[in-house]
Amino acid sequence: MKYIDEFRSHDLAEKLATAITHEAATGRDYHLMEFCGGHTHAIFRYGVQDLMPPNVHFVHGPGCPVCVLPVRRLDDAVELAERHGVILCTYGDMMRVPGTKQRSLIRAKADGADIRMVYSTQDALKIARDNPDREVVFFAIGFETTTPPTAVAIVQAQREGITNFSVFCNHVLTPAAIQHILQSPEVRELGTVTIDGFLGPSHVSSVIGSQPYEFFAEEFQKPVVIAGFEPLDVMQSTLMLLRQINEQRHEVENEYTRVVKPEGNLKAQALVGDVFELRSEFEWRGLGTVPYSALKIRESYAAFDAEKRFALSEKVSREVKSCECPAILRGAKKPTDCKLFGTVCTPDNPMGSCMVSSEGACAAYWTYGRFRTNADGTAATKEAAE
Amino acid sequence: MCLALPARVISIDDGEMAVVALEGIKKRISLALVEDVSVGDYVLVHVGYALHKVSEEEAERTLALMSKAGVLSAEIEEIEGAEA
Ligand code: SF4
Ligand code: SF4
Repeated sequence: MKYIDEFRSHDLAEKLATAITHEAATGRDYHLMEFCGGHTHAIFRYGVQDLMPPNVHFVHGPGCPVCVLPVRRLDDAVELAERHGVILCTYGDMMRVPGTKQRSLIRAKADGADIRMVYSTQDALKIARDNPDREVVFFAIGFETTTPPTAVAIVQAQREGITNFSVFCNHVLTPAAIQHILQSPEVRELGTVTIDGFLGPSHVSSVIGSQPYEFFAEEFQKPVVIAGFEPLDVMQSTLMLLRQINEQRHEVENEYTRVVKPEGNLKAQALVGDVFELRSEFEWRGLGTVPYSALKIRESYAAFDAEKRFALSEKVSREVKSCECPAILRGAKKPTDCKLFGTVCTPDNPMGSCMVSSEGACAAYWTYGRFRTNADGTAATKEAAE
Repeated sequence: MCLALPARVISIDDGEMAVVALEGIKKRISLALVEDVSVGDYVLVHVGYALHKVSEEEAERTLALMSKAGVLSAEIEEIEGAEA
């Protein structure tokens, strides 16, 4: 496929690997956090880690909207479907995430709740049009990439006068989360997590542009390279990061220029600004409460806000005990540090979101068999381990 | 979650919808979030919406940049090989 195959070329990968090894031959270690689950996925799927010299480490970040959604919000969604009797429309990724007492949307559906998987907000609107006597709620999750399609649906519902449609909004903001990680005690005081630079989000950046990262690159003196999702993109971006680190620069650079412009997608930004406003705080799984890190629906579109339309009950939400997702999302632990990994918790029977989402770190470790590590932390080859 | 793939625009409706070729199948997507898209353009598709046009020029430039790192590494190897 065009724009995909070229960026997976084996030849170029080997050449880039040599260049990276050369650039990294300084005797120091490099810890690069990839914020996006998409990068985690690419690194594992294409064995990018194996092409790296041993002193270049990837630290997996919290970048998957499924993984960072707090259990409480998932429990709320289950409540909407079960107690308020709505048709709950959700992206497929959310279906198997375990909520409190391991109750997931798929279990609620099996028990009779009307929960429907949709590919697009357009499908949710269609369900609302086709079922005028039912309340239809779209369970909106996602980063800046996924927010504009939600905004389009709300504007369209208003334009068309669809009154039985509303949105349970859980959209969150990437730069706020990255900043929060840099300010976390693990990074600042405890030093348990070292981050020398960031592989910046791909598709998030196609919407917000590269400018929003300027502030913390400067403030925290950490270089950011916005990186595409193909393996060569990740490698080229790694090379760019190493160069910045070696030259003691901390700039925002853009490797993914074929899609990301400095200003981003202005039309999408305008729509999002029209429909949403900042929440003063929002809870992230693993990161805790992060100020100004999420969006809510503006007063002018309050009629489409499910949180206003339905009274959600107070509830005590709990994760599965001993699931280490929260620490993994901060980069403080690895999936293999979790007692449940691969034994109690597998993709077929996930205990935490990181094992459900294909972009989750636990799922990536499991699927690509990179979970056997040597005592010194380097990856053991599969053959050697088996 | 944020799977987004480059797809070629095959046709555009009068409204905000278009048909694209995505992994060998035709798919109807929304163009509500982009401007100036024409038939034949590649767009990045995410949850049924075109998010951005893919720039052919920039794709070429990035690939060229990558091969340059390649050229550099070939030279390095040569030098190192000569030293060894
Ligand atoms: S392996 Fe399962 S239980 Fe352990 S951290 Fe990952 S998702 Fe949670
Ligand atoms: S850019 Fe894509 S992969 Fe990265 S966090 Fe956003 S949705 Fe996930």
